[in-house]
Amino acid sequence: MTCRQVVELMTDYLEGALSAVDRARFEQHIAGCDGCTAYLAQLRMARKVMGKLADEPVPAAVERDLLEAFRTWRSAG
Amino acid sequence: MGEASFDSELEALKAGDEAAFQSLIQRYHSSMFRLAMTYVGDRGVAEDVVQEAWLTCLRSLDRFEGRSSLKTWLFGILVNVARARRRKESRILPFSSFWRRDDSDSRRPTVDRSRFGSDGMWSDGPQSWDNIPEAKVLGDETLQHVRSAIDALPQKQREVILLRDVAGLEATEVSSVLGISPANERVRLHRARSAVRQMLEEYLS
Repeated sequence: MTCRQVVELMTDYLEGALSAVDRARFEQHIAGCDGCTAYLAQLRMARKVMGKLADEPVPAAVERDLLEAFRTWRSAG
Repeated sequence: MGEASFDSELEALKAGDEAAFQSLIQRYHSSMFRLAMTYVGDRGVAEDVVQEAWLTCLRSLDRFEGRSSLKTWLFGILVNVARARRRKESRILPFSSFWRRDDSDSRRPTVDRSRFGSDGMWSDGPQSWDNIPEAKVLGDETLQHVRSAIDALPQKQREVILLRDVAGLEATEVSSVLGISPANERVRLHRARSAVRQMLEEYLS
């Protein structure tokens, strides 16, 4: 496998979608390639950064309205 | 989180536990808003869509039996509401941005070929980020860049990466919510992640 091929398989690798044979060849390449090792680590870091976007606080007014809707739903049920 | 904690969360919601609902809002609201924005493109309309999705969830909560995860169910409702709203809005306004060229389903290489030699090996390989302090990599400024990079993606890639990497749904849950095949989901995800990684590489180097 070349680096050019390996980078295009990285999502399939991370998502566990490679066949056992491809996975073994992929890992064999990575083990001996600093560039692809760095690239894979960067994709993992990108995922970690994106996960932080979900932690953004909910605007107070929005949360208040939704909790109010919840109470209305509860009292009707 | 195992099945047990998820079940107890659903039971708490059905029993009217406000703290359980609040925790749900805090975990998913910002991802839901981001996802709604990919469909309707206007903040006010997106806020309406998310609100409507939450209300729909409450109205149908009693009938939800937990065959899918609560999260998948919630995002499934959001996508349905958002798609319906887009259809309605598009009768009124031309959404030029939705018609721009979109290579989301292409399997063309995601890394510029100039970075490889004629043998297909790196000639200009990525530099390790190991020496960059994690505080910078995960800092607010980086987050702002990542936000912009996601916003710049074509809609089909944005919805996939928001569900998978921001909201944290499982891959199978993403393809089920969007009604696309797992293989197609991975093609779009791959393009999206590659674009975000590339932006980070430019910003951090």
